[in-house]
Amino acid sequence: MTDKSKLGFYLLLMPLMLWLITLIILPHIGLFMVSISEKIGVRQYETGLGNYAVFFNEPLYWRTFARTAFMSIFTTVLTLVLGFPVAYYIAKLTRGRTKTTLFLMCLIPFWVSELVRTFGWMILLRETGVLSNFLQYTGVIGGPVEFLYNDGAIMVGLVYTSILFMIVPLVTTLDSLDDSLIEAGYDLGGSDYSIMREIVIPHAMPGIVSGCIVVFMLSLGNYLTPILLGGKDSLWFTGLIYTQFITRFNWELGSAFGFLLLALSSSIVFIGLKLSRQSLTETMGR
Amino acid sequence: MIPTIPQTNVLKWSYRAYVTLFFIYLALPLTVVCVFAFNDSVFPSLPWEGFTMAWFFGTEAPFIGVFNERSIMRAIGTSAFVAMWVAGLAVFVGTCNAFLFVRHDFRGKGFLYILMLLPLIIPGVILGISILVFASSVANTLEDATDMWFDGLRPGLLLVILGQFSFITTFATLVISARLQKFDPSLEEAALNLGASKWGAVRQVTLPFLFPAIMGAGVVAVLMSFENFNTTLMLVGSESPLTITMFDKLKHGSTPVLNAVSLLLMIISAGLGLLALLFQRTKE
Repeated sequence: MTDKSKLGFYLLLMPLMLWLITLIILPHIGLFMVSISEKIGVRQYETGLGNYAVFFNEPLYWRTFARTAFMSIFTTVLTLVLGFPVAYYIAKLTRGRTKTTLFLMCLIPFWVSELVRTFGWMILLRETGVLSNFLQYTGVIGGPVEFLYNDGAIMVGLVYTSILFMIVPLVTTLDSLDDSLIEAGYDLGGSDYSIMREIVIPHAMPGIVSGCIVVFMLSLGNYLTPILLGGKDSLWFTGLIYTQFITRFNWELGSAFGFLLLALSSSIVFIGLKLSRQSLTETMGR
Repeated sequence: MIPTIPQTNVLKWSYRAYVTLFFIYLALPLTVVCVFAFNDSVFPSLPWEGFTMAWFFGTEAPFIGVFNERSIMRAIGTSAFVAMWVAGLAVFVGTCNAFLFVRHDFRGKGFLYILMLLPLIIPGVILGISILVFASSVANTLEDATDMWFDGLRPGLLLVILGQFSFITTFATLVISARLQKFDPSLEEAALNLGASKWGAVRQVTLPFLFPAIMGAGVVAVLMSFENFNTTLMLVGSESPLTITMFDKLKHGSTPVLNAVSLLLMIISAGLGLLALLFQRTKE
């Protein structure tokens, strides 16, 4: 390496390091440091795990945490179950222009702000909304019904927001599966079910894993959908973080909450990658 | 189940019905948002009171259209300002990163690459609060040490720009790297043989080749910045971008003005999306 190209190398390295250190690494170390400091007086702090103790001793906090985690897992499973047939249809049962059109149609929600999508669901589901009116018109229900402000509405919204991130990787992996492998499976006497289980799903595994990871993360870290579509009792953990930071101004507790959420999402990503024997670079870096 | 294997009609049609239902589910919320932007009523809900353009151009309360609603117009300006900065910064750093990761081999490259991908798996809210906490502690330290004010490090547009930049750069890096990998280095060597300087070769040969990816990444960055909510929410100060303004309005009860803004947003996004596609097209 000549001196000149070495200089070029360091010039290229600088923006990357500046970005990663000042905006990713140091802030997260800072977040952790704040989360283990307890306020004992005006601008006086001492180190300790008190904020984490508060989390575990207050049922509201850890229940919300567990609830958020379980609902996100449920969202992920639901998204996979609903999205897989659509992805399979696009990848295997359509050709040429139809395929491109259907695929692009799946991407449309992404081009629209999440706020707009959620607003759309509010118009549809509220008591005076389109669904309620439609059902009254057809005579299924007698009076106006509130479909909004419950966990079901949150699920509808979360699945809607994240299903695209399941379908895109699934279509990509299913597309690369050669049809002749499926034909061979039928020739060898396989049933629909066994071919799905033995050929299609193992082949689609990388897509399934990366889709599930992204959907889980997006649901866990979602703020808008649960706040706008959920009711008074449907707390979401990001909502608690917001409350601690902005409303209560208790940054120490908020940081502890943030760190717990980060730990949960990273460990799920890690477990997902380990279980499927893939690396982050392969799954995300495409 | 593939086309070459015969299927019963019932199965085939029920499968098609499912896929159709799915696309209706995808289109439904966006459709109602658009339709109710033209409803002549102060609530974005049924009954249908007739067609109106008042929510776009109206001047009399309660029918104040988007173009006359000052808070929304200002928010759009703020969003555009943030998006330009974010896109510019992200594309610049993304291009540098692409050259670094594609062209250079060095110790710790794999590790840095994973670090570079990390913003993808950090929830937006956490990115927001960690930058908020860090910037505030830096500001506190500096203020204690110098007795000056560092308002730029308090919640506000600078932090919003930095927060969005922190994860959008990853996308820009991935898009531009993918294109750079396809570049044939012998073209650059040819330029060098013909007497170009190293930088001249990069500027006149490599960068024009990367141009579609750079523009594509820029458009995607603008879109992501416009749409971002989670990170922005934690870092926003007194001047709020469009999504935050809309969220505040939505919490206090919605009027069809929000539908009208949403429709405009959709049109802008669709335009930008088509632009990105066009840039992708010129790639081949």
